[in-house]
Amino acid sequence: MSALDGGFADAPAEASRAFRAVLEAMARPGRIETVTGARAPGLSVAASVVLLTLVDGTTPVFLAEDVDRPALRQWLAFHTGAPVVARGAAMFALGGWAALGPLAAYPQGSPEYPDRSASLIVEVERLENAGARLTGPGIEAEARLTLPDPEAHRANRATFPLGLDFIFCAGSRMAGLPRSTRVEG
Amino acid sequence: MDDYNFAYLDEETKRMIRRAILKGVAIPGYQVPFASREMPMPYGWGTGGVQVSAACLTPEDCFKVIDQGADDTTNAVSIRKFFERTAGVATTERTAEATVIQTRHRIPETALTEGQILVYQVPIPEPLRFLEPRETETRRMHALEDYGLMHVKLYEDIARHGEIATAYAYPVKVEGRYVMDPSPIPKFDNPKMEMAAIQLFGAGREQRIYAIPPYSQVVSLDFEDHPFVPGKAPHDCALCGASDTYLDEIITDDAGARMYVCSDTDYCAGRRGDYCAGRRGEAI
Repeated sequence: MSALDGGFADAPAEASRAFRAVLEAMARPGRIETVTGARAPGLSVAASVVLLTLVDGTTPVFLAEDVDRPALRQWLAFHTGAPVVARGAAMFALGGWAALGPLAAYPQGSPEYPDRSASLIVEVERLENAGARLTGPGIEAEARLTLPDPEAHRANRATFPLGLDFIFCAGSRMAGLPRSTRVEG
Repeated sequence: MDDYNFAYLDEETKRMIRRAILKGVAIPGYQVPFASREMPMPYGWGTGGVQVSAACLTPEDCFKVIDQGADDTTNAVSIRKFFERTAGVATTERTAEATVIQTRHRIPETALTEGQILVYQVPIPEPLRFLEPRETETRRMHALEDYGLMHVKLYEDIARHGEIATAYAYPVKVEGRYVMDPSPIPKFDNPKMEMAAIQLFGAGREQRIYAIPPYSQVVSLDFEDHPFVPGKAPHDCALCGASDTYLDEIITDDAGARMYVCSDTDYCAGRRGDYCAGRRGEAI
């Protein structure tokens, strides 16, 4: 496929539906949403959709080494125009869990502006409502989500209101984990 | 639909607003700065709410707008028509049918559900603004969780009036962290803010977006010996008889006669069962 393929066919409508899925996922941690409409080289459908929905020329992106290929850089440049930067300058980061670390290298926000922190788009093999127990804003009682490293999210929660926000992607499935969520096990 | 991009705003602007909304959701009650655009309506008419709604609407949505609880006042009608023209979305006056509800100064009486989004129009998003005019200082107060000044304000209410006299825009604390202005809703509505729907707040002139995720803890500030009281006029609705709704006082003649009716026109009409009795405009 060429760098010109894999974008939204009807950007305003598809981006709006994709954003609603991302919003529901972020506002209700543990909820798994399904999205369609985009395909970047080497990425899941969900990660591609999230990129097209949120990323543009004003949002520097870090590409972890497991996804950083010329084909993806070309696709990102054509469809979003986002500059590719190092971890410390990134508003968004993309890759597998192991390759994305260390998490401390990303902007965590400041006490006055905790929103100036990175959002990590994490490619995972499996995304199910099982495993780590989630509680907090957006969750009525509790939720469960397969997470690669629950301990990292506990440490992230401990710095609230600073911290990173995560979007996990597997195939066309997607789930959000904001910094406000308490993670156990 | 006219020749606008879907939901009026260009895609880059919508992405910017969407990113701000997501950060707001991740940090409940924190005011996220955003690059508010000039909208084809004056500040004070809901430009913040309109931009948030524009960033959220999908072609499949059913949109409702209320102004002080009513679907048929100027502000509500004009915003509803704006999105009918620029987004082509279906609109409704019924709370239960709507997927996105934009509101000025009320929360509907009908309990909102999962799958619904409530978008508030906010004039002054900073709850500390009238106590401390400097943005640099209020930023720092939020950063340090220094909310003593707000409690002093509520205490002065008690010292002067014998009770907390704040009746609308009553400050709340979200998830035990950020003190937040709930927009000028009556304090009667404050307890409803712990709800199943997503709540988004847009302040256009002040360029702030904030959010409350579903089921978040929202506590109205008070004192142990002066607990928060929602409060409403001590009457039943003169039209539908409801005793548990927020009421508008309507002056009915020059002699000062008055009646109290539900502020939520959809809820009241639904209770009276005359929903379609000539209330809906031909545009719907």
